[in-house]
Amino acid sequence: MPVRIGIPRYLSYFSFYPLWKTFFEELGADVITSPPTNQQILNAGVAEAVNDACIPIKLYHGHIMEIKDQVDMLFVPRLVKLRKLGTETFCPKFLALPDLLRATIKNLPELLDTRVDLTKGRFELFHIARDIGERFGASLTTITRAYYLACRALRRYNRLLRNGMLANDALEYMETGCKKSQQVDRDALSIAVIGYPYLVYDPYANMDIVKKLNESGARVHTVEMLTPRQLLREAKKMPKQMFWYYSNRAMHGAYHYLGRKRVDGIIHISAFICGPDAMLGRFMEIEAKEWGHMPFMTLSIDEETGSGGVDTRLEAFVDMLKRRGGQK
Amino acid sequence: MKLTFPHMGYSYVAFKMLIEDLGYEVVVPPEPSKRTMDLGVRYSPEFSCIPFKVLLGTFLETIEMGAEVGISSGGVGPCRAGYYSIMQQKIINELGHDFKILSFEPPQSNYLDFIKKLWMIKPKRMSWRTFIQLIKKGYKKLEITDEIEFLMYRYMPYEINKGDTAKAFKTALDMLDEAQTVDDIEDARWEGIKVLAKVPQDRSQTPLKIGIIGEIYVVLEHAVNFCIQKNLGEMGVYTDRSIWLTSYAEKNVFVEGREGERDVFQMAHPYLNEMIGGHGINSIGEIVIYAKDGYDGVIQLAPFSCIPEIMAKGIVPRVSREEGIPVMTVFIDEQTAAAGLVTRLEAFIDLLKRRREQNADKRQLA
Repeated sequence: MPVRIGIPRYLSYFSFYPLWKTFFEELGADVITSPPTNQQILNAGVAEAVNDACIPIKLYHGHIMEIKDQVDMLFVPRLVKLRKLGTETFCPKFLALPDLLRATIKNLPELLDTRVDLTKGRFELFHIARDIGERFGASLTTITRAYYLACRALRRYNRLLRNGMLANDALEYMETGCKKSQQVDRDALSIAVIGYPYLVYDPYANMDIVKKLNESGARVHTVEMLTPRQLLREAKKMPKQMFWYYSNRAMHGAYHYLGRKRVDGIIHISAFICGPDAMLGRFMEIEAKEWGHMPFMTLSIDEETGSGGVDTRLEAFVDMLKRRGGQK
Repeated sequence: MKLTFPHMGYSYVAFKMLIEDLGYEVVVPPEPSKRTMDLGVRYSPEFSCIPFKVLLGTFLETIEMGAEVGISSGGVGPCRAGYYSIMQQKIINELGHDFKILSFEPPQSNYLDFIKKLWMIKPKRMSWRTFIQLIKKGYKKLEITDEIEFLMYRYMPYEINKGDTAKAFKTALDMLDEAQTVDDIEDARWEGIKVLAKVPQDRSQTPLKIGIIGEIYVVLEHAVNFCIQKNLGEMGVYTDRSIWLTSYAEKNVFVEGREGERDVFQMAHPYLNEMIGGHGINSIGEIVIYAKDGYDGVIQLAPFSCIPEIMAKGIVPRVSREEGIPVMTVFIDEQTAAAGLVTRLEAFIDLLKRRREQNADKRQLA
């Protein structure tokens, strides 16, 4: 019987899932993902996780609770560094994730807590792949093949995201091949929704903001729709790089949309008491004001947020943008 | 040029002298008060931590007092503290003040930048040699401030008349504050130690021993943590805290029951295997050390919304269970009140006392 590997459908899932899935399947393992976030997962997460934590940590705990009994091994990578940019690393929750899970959740299956630090050398990702592959007893040829296919899948996924697909749609498209893209026509309002992928792309966590914006006639732009080069070009506008990978990406994305004036407004999705967002949000707000008074709104999300309040705020924001557009 | 610096515990004594020695006018930051907090909270991002808010409040207060340049520290993350100076500069600019924050990054990260900033601080007519000597003298004063504060907490639980040690410490600190030359500082140190040692003590009791760990700012700044160490001392509890501005006291003063320097990172294994920024990993490692040293309990102090400490808090139950030491976590924000904290401390002390009695009974039975 093949090894069953569990991948929680949260946090870095939205950035790297095709890579992991292809890789593990090529190694001959069964990949099991948790269901999309729902109320049960949220409740389980709130019950298990440390109470002062932000909602992403709670949701991650919930996803773990959901699949931990169906799998032999859980893949919880410890993401440390992905690129050399200042002293960039990840939010402490990514750094401590495996240790945190071990301390809080009982009867945990084995954790595959690979430490990912890609700044050590050019072929670091392959070294990591080889280490994991050897644990599964795969031959070097199989590992190389799996690695190659996995990287290709990730590139394809990123290309789909850049073309304006949402993460879930892109993943579905890669699985089944059916496209359900629905972006509105070109002369509609365009709004940049900036935030971490695990908040922007999880429709349950963010009360389906993207769909709601689309329905009210606005095109949505996210950070994932920009190429790494477009993002890095904005890096030198920062007085000092932030320390967190996703925050830097979000800030560079915000600079891109501010500088090119392609959007009518910016919505920042933030989690309640998110540490990096306290800095990032205020930074964006000040910059939005300086770069020609771009309308800016912060939506902060926690387990108590109701969709009614979010709807009202979104409607008001879109109405304001429409009126502002009319005056021009 | 009028210089100012952040308020952090009693360290202002040393920084004040250093800036005066360099020939600048110094604006000594007031001790964080209700007003500091209000100013800070009004202009800070909502979810920034209490050190950010207090620091911003302090800078705004010193701006009113005429300060033009503030010295602050940078960092390499992933703790937010490394980004404070950038954010505070932006916020202060937005408010329309002409104030510059000069933040010193750790020299390892960028030597050139570090030297450039030192050069900006150094008066033009002063030689580098004198400059470095002055900095060394300032550091010495900082070390001695730490040392006499350390001695205060050590004697406090044994004092016969409540409040004597605190008074003696005040005298010692004033003496140190007045000392200006290296020799004077050395004299003030011995005088201070003498004054503290003269406090009448009753050594017949064995007080409870509590270790204090957590994030550096809330541990150090007594105005923010409601003088927790002093409070505990006056309740008759022997406290030891893991963080000092200089590690002088730890390294040079003999501590009862402590077996010298140990590597907190090694001690934190297997509970936490990665640097998570701030003092997250230190907190975990220190709990293990305190447990091994036979302390009765540990109090973790952390600012509300501090992610490294939240991570540590998530791991603490496991450490506490496996090492057999009770840990209480206190999150501090602008809403925390002294009365609530004292109640929690009293309850925690009662718990520790009962636990100690039970353990003693068990030992007798065996």
